[in-house]
Amino acid sequence: MKSAQRTSRPLALAVAALVGLPLALSGCGSSTAASSSEAVTEISVMDYYNNEPDKSFIGDALTKCGTQLGVTVKRETVPGKSLISKVLQQSSSKTLPDVLMLDNPDLQQIAATGALAPLADFKVSTENFAEGVLSAGTYKDKVYGLAPTVNTIALFYNKDILAAAGVTPPTTWDELKAASAKLTAGDQYGLAFNANPTYEGTWQFLPVMWSNGGDEKKIDTKETEQALQLWTDLVKSGSVSSSALNWTQADVKDQFLAGKAAMMVNGPWQIPALDKQPTLQYGVVKIPVREAGQTSVAPLGGEVWTVPQTGNKTRQAKAAEMVACLNSDENQLAMATARNTIPSKTTLSDKFASDNPKLATFTELIKTARARTGQLGEEWPAQATKIYTAIQTSLTGNASPADALKQAQGQ
Amino acid sequence: MSLATDLPHSEGRATSEASKTHGTGTEKPAPRRRSRQRRERLFQWLFLVPAVVYMTLFFGYPVVKNVVMSFQEYTTSTFFTGEAPWVGFTNYVTVLSSSLFSTSLINTALFTLGSIIGQFVIGLALAIFFQRKFPLNGILRSLLLLPWLLPLIVSSAVWRWILDKDSGALNRFLGDLGIIDTGIPWLTSTSLALIAVVGVNIWIGIPFNLTILYGGLQEIPDELYEAGSLDGATGWKAFRHITWPMLRPVVSVVLVLGVVYTLKVLDIILGLTNGGPANSTQTIATQSYNLSFHEFKFGEGAALGNVLVIISLVFAVLYLRASRRAVDE
Repeated sequence: MKSAQRTSRPLALAVAALVGLPLALSGCGSSTAASSSEAVTEISVMDYYNNEPDKSFIGDALTKCGTQLGVTVKRETVPGKSLISKVLQQSSSKTLPDVLMLDNPDLQQIAATGALAPLADFKVSTENFAEGVLSAGTYKDKVYGLAPTVNTIALFYNKDILAAAGVTPPTTWDELKAASAKLTAGDQYGLAFNANPTYEGTWQFLPVMWSNGGDEKKIDTKETEQALQLWTDLVKSGSVSSSALNWTQADVKDQFLAGKAAMMVNGPWQIPALDKQPTLQYGVVKIPVREAGQTSVAPLGGEVWTVPQTGNKTRQAKAAEMVACLNSDENQLAMATARNTIPSKTTLSDKFASDNPKLATFTELIKTARARTGQLGEEWPAQATKIYTAIQTSLTGNASPADALKQAQGQ
Repeated sequence: MSLATDLPHSEGRATSEASKTHGTGTEKPAPRRRSRQRRERLFQWLFLVPAVVYMTLFFGYPVVKNVVMSFQEYTTSTFFTGEAPWVGFTNYVTVLSSSLFSTSLINTALFTLGSIIGQFVIGLALAIFFQRKFPLNGILRSLLLLPWLLPLIVSSAVWRWILDKDSGALNRFLGDLGIIDTGIPWLTSTSLALIAVVGVNIWIGIPFNLTILYGGLQEIPDELYEAGSLDGATGWKAFRHITWPMLRPVVSVVLVLGVVYTLKVLDIILGLTNGGPANSTQTIATQSYNLSFHEFKFGEGAALGNVLVIISLVFAVLYLRASRRAVDE
């Protein structure tokens, strides 16, 4: 009898543990069921700024706004790659945070699920924001997210290398090709960009495509073909390393830093890394256009802050105040200066550009920058995949730009 | 299993025996035997419960969920609303008729075949080499396990740097030897990328093959070789007529497990090329991952995932049959 007890107890424990495990797991799900009349003392926030120094910059801004609104901020930072899966998980278990940060091309995707609240419900002002910023935050005519600061890409050039070769920064495609060819010598390439098979490859191609009037909804057009021909020519002629097919934007920056590329397509978030090397003298210009007179249209980057539908109106209202606070003029300027990004209100751009001459080109570009999801909405992932597939097919020489675009559009 | 069930079974009998002597003692034997049997049954089931619960929770549920998902229009909205309309075989038709499917299937086959052959041949050669007694044997053998110990994402990041066209260590090395003039685009040429990825996967797979095959070789009794050498079977002959037949059961296990592991390789390819250039390293696994987690087409991703599961299943069945035969022998 004794021995029977001894064997059955661990067994019972094991069974209980296994049966209890899912209960315990799902038990974590039901925490935010406070009644809506209670005063809100704590706001939960989730974002993907998990690396320094951005982590602290954003954390400071959140704490400051929290103090102003009389709430403590419970912040969770997750790696960028796992944010969306985390959001989907939380939306199915109804445990979304009070304030949620999203990368702007993901906003429409998440808003379409019904997980976000329109900011107009809480009277958050959307005045003075750049058009592209609002279109990135809008789904079906309602604004769901606002970005305090935004970014885009432009052409960085190494002043010393260009001066030594007697080259001025290019403004048209022909000049870009000529300059890149002239700057290519030995170990050094004229230009570096990234054309990898991810949305980043698409993102870097958008400026030439858009500036030439290309349409992201229908990519097998003359305008997009010309843009892809430019990218293809640059790689084929050897002015851009074919490694571009596998580089990330960070790799592109490393090439530029090492002096292996005289120019690069990249964004302002690389500036701290570039400034760490005091011998490097660089300038920033808009990405060249096909013909003089065309406008350089840049894609809008940056993160929007949203208020998820948590079911508790009082908490949501507080969360909306938090989003509004992050977007106040003062906070926009502070965050933009600290993080080398651009304030999203056009009313601030003149002051910001004169205070931060290094970011003047980017500030100018933001005024006309376009959101990736502006036209495509939820279709962005599918269409962006087609665009990078076409770029890769053409750059590897598997098909001509026209055929590559036609194949990809038909997929 | 039989060992485990024997224990409570006999104790169950002991307790019922005890209750009999202390109880009324007038019961007829037949119903008593039946209740005893029922009790045995109950205990048998109880011992199965942990395994069954575990299997259902962590294997059954995900598989069933994945199958169901592949028949639904499962999108990002589904997570919030819980609505996933039934669409029948639409997802399967979409992924199987996509022009990318044949590319991915061929790449998966080439990747698996190339990796397995490379890993096995090199692993076997090294295993035989380490059979000999020489100084540093143990240290070298444990060093060879290193690729296995490194996180895959770390290995792929390092290899990505080694294989870089312009400043990669491999091209620098070949250049310094005077073998090449310009950098070889290992990861950015459509004809080389798959070979490069296979090469890295071979490097990662060698320790597994080496370890298992080395273990198999240790099991072969030395007397066989001694007897063989008396009959003139040495060197290649000894390998052909003693080592290989004795190693066969281990070989079949290594190969089938290798195939199943290799079919589903994801991180190495994502880390090295992301499926590029121009889909030349896109496999069914990476394509399924892209569909689900980049394009948010969870239904199609699940459908393609199931295709991969079925392919793996074929090899898993082969493995089960091979291992059963090994036990029988």
